[in-house]
Amino acid sequence: MTPREERFDLVVVGAGPAGLSAATEAARLGLSTVVLDEQPSPGGQVWRAVERAAADAPLAAALGAEGRAGAARVAAFRGSGAAYRPETQVWQVERDGRVMASCAGIASVLRGERVLLAVGALERPVPIPGWTLPGVMTVGAAQILLKTSGALPDPGVWVAGQGPLVWLYCAQVLALGGRVAGVLDTAPPGAWRAAARHPAAVATAWRSVAEGLAWRRAVARAGIPVHRGVEAVEALGEGGRIARLRWRGADGARREAPARGLLLHEGVVPNVHAALSLGCAHAWDDAQACFRPVLDPFGRSSEPRILIAGDAGGILGARAAGLRGHIAALGAAADLGRLTPAGAAARAAPLRRLLRREVALRRLLDTLFPPRPALAAPADEVVVCRCEGVTAGALREAVQLGALGPSQAKAFTRAGMGPCQGRTCLLPLVGTIAAARGVPPAEIGPPRVRPPLRPVTVGELATLAEAGGPRLA
Amino acid sequence: MAGAEHHDIAVVGGGMVGSAIAYGLARRGARVVVLDQGDGALRSARVNFGLVWVQSKGDGMPAYARWTRRSADLWGAFAAELAEATGISPEHERRGGLAYCLGEEGFEARRTTILRLHNQAGPEVYGLELLERAALERLMPGVRFGPEVTGAAFCPHDGCANPLRLLRALHAALRRHGAAYRPDAPARAVRPDGEGFTADTPAGPIRAAKLVLAAGHGTPALAGALGLRAPLRAERGQVMVTERVQPCIPLPANGIRQTADGTILLGTTHEDAGMDTGTTLAGEAAIAANAVRVMPGLARARVVRAWAGLRVLSPDGFPVYHRSARFPGAYAAICHSGVTLAAVHANDLAEAILAERLPDTLRPFAPERFDVPQAA
Amino acid sequence: MFHRPPDPAREATQAVTVTLDGRPVRARAGDTVAAVVLLAGLGHTRTDAATGERRAPYCMMGTCHECLMVIDGEPSRQACLVTVREGMAIERQPGAPRLR
Repeated sequence: MTPREERFDLVVVGAGPAGLSAATEAARLGLSTVVLDEQPSPGGQVWRAVERAAADAPLAAALGAEGRAGAARVAAFRGSGAAYRPETQVWQVERDGRVMASCAGIASVLRGERVLLAVGALERPVPIPGWTLPGVMTVGAAQILLKTSGALPDPGVWVAGQGPLVWLYCAQVLALGGRVAGVLDTAPPGAWRAAARHPAAVATAWRSVAEGLAWRRAVARAGIPVHRGVEAVEALGEGGRIARLRWRGADGARREAPARGLLLHEGVVPNVHAALSLGCAHAWDDAQACFRPVLDPFGRSSEPRILIAGDAGGILGARAAGLRGHIAALGAAADLGRLTPAGAAARAAPLRRLLRREVALRRLLDTLFPPRPALAAPADEVVVCRCEGVTAGALREAVQLGALGPSQAKAFTRAGMGPCQGRTCLLPLVGTIAAARGVPPAEIGPPRVRPPLRPVTVGELATLAEAGGPRLA
Repeated sequence: MAGAEHHDIAVVGGGMVGSAIAYGLARRGARVVVLDQGDGALRSARVNFGLVWVQSKGDGMPAYARWTRRSADLWGAFAAELAEATGISPEHERRGGLAYCLGEEGFEARRTTILRLHNQAGPEVYGLELLERAALERLMPGVRFGPEVTGAAFCPHDGCANPLRLLRALHAALRRHGAAYRPDAPARAVRPDGEGFTADTPAGPIRAAKLVLAAGHGTPALAGALGLRAPLRAERGQVMVTERVQPCIPLPANGIRQTADGTILLGTTHEDAGMDTGTTLAGEAAIAANAVRVMPGLARARVVRAWAGLRVLSPDGFPVYHRSARFPGAYAAICHSGVTLAAVHANDLAEAILAERLPDTLRPFAPERFDVPQAA
Repeated sequence: MFHRPPDPAREATQAVTVTLDGRPVRARAGDTVAAVVLLAGLGHTRTDAATGERRAPYCMMGTCHECLMVIDGEPSRQACLVTVREGMAIERQPGAPRLR
């Protein structure tokens, strides 16, 4: 029995700032709209469980204005009339607008005249020695634990990395009465001076800059040790989990400390998995050292039915994501004849003005926290593909054997062929091959992403079989 | 032509067929260059299911059945030799293989097929046995079959290998034997140049005394200039693979096989889709539905990847091996069973090319067969 | 590696009991399985089928697939995407799962 295909004007994948904003606006413009999301409640990662947090006074206080903005956005979405499917995993999107998803083990097919991928960002993978050890996680992961479960790090948990989230997380932990053992700040020491060369950006983004400084001050006031200019962080294991940390300080000296846990963060990169599987054109972004889809000003991709909004279209942050979601909804409405092109442009103009401020902030952040080349092409012994345990050295051997790019390197090593389907290793895989061949990552290009986007059971797939399907041997 | 690279033999195509031939040539001392496409190569080898398969081959061409059987017989030594030379085992196993029958109709159809095959090439080539369900269950302890499964054809000569490791081992072995592998130098055109052949590539002209076209779907466009013929069509095959699970499927079958890693391969479609290597929901769902009919327990296995490739098929589906009459140093080899035939390609075919004579056993594979009008 | 400050009011109203490898463990409504596992101090969630190494949650947002566990008998569930329910049986996944 083939399940009925449900039709919508707009299928939105992801209920973060971009998806919520797009769906709310699309519904207001009269588009039949549905939002599919993996989480049990709206908000995405940045506003994870934000409705529940709003009811928890200390947590709400720690999440601050950003949390309040999220709660308001979620409330607007709840009242918008857009359909909402939580705890739903999208495992395939096709160019014709079909979206395959599963909820509680039941697969279904939806079809959108337009599909908006608002699937957000991923934390940049941090391939360092020992990053696969239990006890090594991302800062974003720890923050999700804080938002959803009020979990605080035990004594002996360190934070290593760079970017606003490092300091925001530490400040939130402190505000809730917890602490971290120390911060290994990997931002290049000269970056603030470089940022001073962008006074306009600093001026535009002053509020964010002040916020960031306040988080740092909170960490300093709490007496948490902060090591600046850190490089070559390693996690050392014992008894099957992390036991010690090693790093090189700004003075070049090697240091070690016992550790019960290590939280890593080196910024975020667009989640391009679904867009790559659709064959949407992508470009290499040098400033952010990642691939991002090529989009028009309304978020339209190279595939006519597919739009992309928010950080999935290039990192600009949560506030920008809301604006970009709104703009993409205008683009979809124009495509479907609900707005004239001129009408859509007129509505988009004020949003684009607001967006420019966020772009300025991002330029500043890119200068302050530049992607570190050591993470793009790690040392031979470092695991690049966690799922299959493939090291950078094994990838370099594949290049020696003649692999010019990710397709052949994957075939030779199995890198990217495990359950995460190459999401986590995409950038270090491409970076390692590029460095081994001495060519820029843009020339290597992203790997071809194959469906399903999420593992799906044979049983779920079987329920979608139709009479007259292709012949099997 | 001064400055052009010069080799004994240029093999055009670094997929399963080209690599196996090139390896066989290089191992026998020839100075070989392999001209390959870069990372975007169609690489039909990727759709491969990894079967080293005898039981379904050669229906309508007994010579192909015998050629296949010979390769299956050579495979063990071939795999051992590759593993020894490179440290990379192609994970070859040969414990027999199955073709499941669904329903009484499927069982009877299989009985007819077996009779027909045995009548053509002789039972000793295939050694096929039709197993009833009870016998199948004894052969596959622990496997729960679906209610529609009535039995299976069993061929003791069947086996399997890991195609990705095979290709990697072949490339590593090529390197060991001093062959030049040039993924930066795909042949855009090939031509006789008086003494031998020249391939025009983005990396410049590359010359060789002999030239072997094994470029899959790229072959027809190159063949004409050398007096070779390679009529081809593409047939899309979709395959899926699951996450690793505990060993649960003792023997491989056409369409369901568990690899040495524990992943389960499910396949495959036969579709006319032009040159589109995309997967389709219809294809994936059909493969899944078939798998669950055979083994209901597979319903719980998680598919992590689906992909597709284009089979390299001649008009009758059988391989084409051709030596140019006009330019005797030029050869073409095209077929869709690159893994099964890798052992004969690396041995018999490589030897024939070095001896400058295709043996009588390969005469039926010449493209002249397409000129004979089919009997009504 | 993580703890949760006591909150008697919520523990009274939002308590959920699950089992971790057969041992009863208290959780809170809204927790993900991965959160419960980390808060209970279970060092790892699975043994990797490819490498034989112990692995634990890394990203908590459904990307890395390191937190695969057997939940109510079903293998390879992403523990960071599953919300706990009363009586849920959570087990570590030792290597490749068994199909039943």
